[in-house]
Amino acid sequence: MLDQTEGYTTADGRKIGGVVMEMKNITLRFGGVEAIKDISFDIREGEIRAIIGPNGAGKSSMLNVISGFYVPQDGEVWYKGSRRPPMKPYEIARQGIARTFQNIALFEGMSVLDNVMTGRLTHMHTGIWRQAIWRGKAEAEETANREVAEKIIDFLEIQAIRKTPVARLPYGLKKRVELARALAAEPSLLLLDEPMAGMNVEEKEDMSRFVLDVNDEFGTTIALIEHDMGVVMDLSDRVVVMDYGKKIGDGTPDEVRNNQDVIDAYLGVAHD
Amino acid sequence: MPEQLLFTIEVFLNGLMAGVLYALVALGFVLIYKASGIFNFAQGVMALFAAMTLYGIMNGQVPFAHLINAIFSTEIHYFGWNVPALAAIVLTMGVMVLFSWLVQRYIFRYLVGQEPIILFMATIGLAYFLEGVGDLMWGSDIKTLEVGLPQGGNFWIEDNTRWLGFGNEEFYGFFIDSLDIVASVVAAVLVLGLVLFAQYTKQGRAMRAVADDHQAALSVGVSLNFIWILVWSLAGFVALVAGIMWGAKSGVQFSLSLIALKALPVLMLGGFTSIPGAIVGGLIIGVGEKLFEFLIGLPYLGGATENWFAYMLALIFLLFRPQGLFGEKIIERV
Repeated sequence: MLDQTEGYTTADGRKIGGVVMEMKNITLRFGGVEAIKDISFDIREGEIRAIIGPNGAGKSSMLNVISGFYVPQDGEVWYKGSRRPPMKPYEIARQGIARTFQNIALFEGMSVLDNVMTGRLTHMHTGIWRQAIWRGKAEAEETANREVAEKIIDFLEIQAIRKTPVARLPYGLKKRVELARALAAEPSLLLLDEPMAGMNVEEKEDMSRFVLDVNDEFGTTIALIEHDMGVVMDLSDRVVVMDYGKKIGDGTPDEVRNNQDVIDAYLGVAHD
Repeated sequence: MPEQLLFTIEVFLNGLMAGVLYALVALGFVLIYKASGIFNFAQGVMALFAAMTLYGIMNGQVPFAHLINAIFSTEIHYFGWNVPALAAIVLTMGVMVLFSWLVQRYIFRYLVGQEPIILFMATIGLAYFLEGVGDLMWGSDIKTLEVGLPQGGNFWIEDNTRWLGFGNEEFYGFFIDSLDIVASVVAAVLVLGLVLFAQYTKQGRAMRAVADDHQAALSVGVSLNFIWILVWSLAGFVALVAGIMWGAKSGVQFSLSLIALKALPVLMLGGFTSIPGAIVGGLIIGVGEKLFEFLIGLPYLGGATENWFAYMLALIFLLFRPQGLFGEKIIERV
């Protein structure tokens, strides 16, 4: 059992902190279909937490519950030590939870820089009148936020396409821009919905490197969903395995790999 | 210079000025359409309502006077005070913001994600409702709006362009309405302001984000509700400006709301999603219909071509360039 407050040390020697987010007995229904059945797990500060499972297991639904796009019928979401009341997705984003989408949701008409700057919106606090007048505080704020955005653009190596409209970029780069936008919010929890879906091997390697670098450099807590088992096992510190809306495994990649239920779910099992 | 050419130039200039006023109405459409995909049929009535409210506040009219008098058998019509134009404009803007909030809170909040045609029908309902409320609130009589805008021809321009006739007795210099000049300047400032606001401010960026992708906007912490109220308020502001200009030009009356129909061909030309498009579209329609009337309509077709020219031009555009001059390309993926 993991200690609730102390955290643990990973195989490669990184210190993982206390619980940032805890899902308690989450149940989500769409009409008569139970997409998530009574699932509990936690996400700890500084770790890379993966949610895996076959198609239709309810992984994306789970991510949508965390980011507030879906509201579960049962169960509690605890964030930073207190129970989270039902909230709108934008309120949750303002609490420091940023996300990317499986089918890329970028602002296609805007440049890469503008997209990344929208990630800074939660950090801009001057009112509409000051913004309209555009002097003093509003201007200073824009400059400061622009610096953060540029830093992240540098970090993800997309300087060359800063001014390019997103619609013109290839798929792999779009995924990276989306990561940049989420990262620009300096989130306490970063949710990645299939960050490597549809990528070729080279792009996958790049993306994996960025995910690790982000975690390493900024200490960002990351929860990700992924299909590619190889990638997941290499990247993550702990893994939740879902199948048909139920949790069938939870632990380090090694533990999960040797879990009989998980093997059955992925390879199928003969019913006799 | 030959007389005919000089008159043509004059017609051209007047067309430009008329076009600015069309553009002003079209601008309100574009703002709302871009951010929420709603084609707001009520934009013209909003301009009428704003102008009526402005007149009512300036002259100290009691809102819903007829209703109050009918119920309580009283005889009140005026508070007996006058509000200076500038203060009244600010108050009217307040009313338009309140209106935006109500529209969002009680209509479109319940229609999020519905088909465009349903949203469109809702705005038609809104248009008739607002028209009725406007009449009930401020009375349906024709009002003359006097906010201190200049009226009549501009003598300075007339005097200083007379020499172009080179002694031609028929030419007195270009006749251009002072009000049109003011309207053009105001419209230019308004458009510049809106573009800068959208490009460089936090709320502007959030506005563009919502226009582009709702889900993504939510994920970066933008409240759709707030942005929609903001956009309706901006459209209300544009309606107010349009209401003041048109109201000062031809009186505050029901026909004011019909200028919305003139904005349709402007949008077909300029594209529904482009602010510069609304301006250029407005100018082309304004100049086009005036020049057509002067050069072809009057001499060959018996006049009154201004009524249909704009729609014919829009039809031609629909056939050859359905997205308009500046609209986003319509690409259907199979």
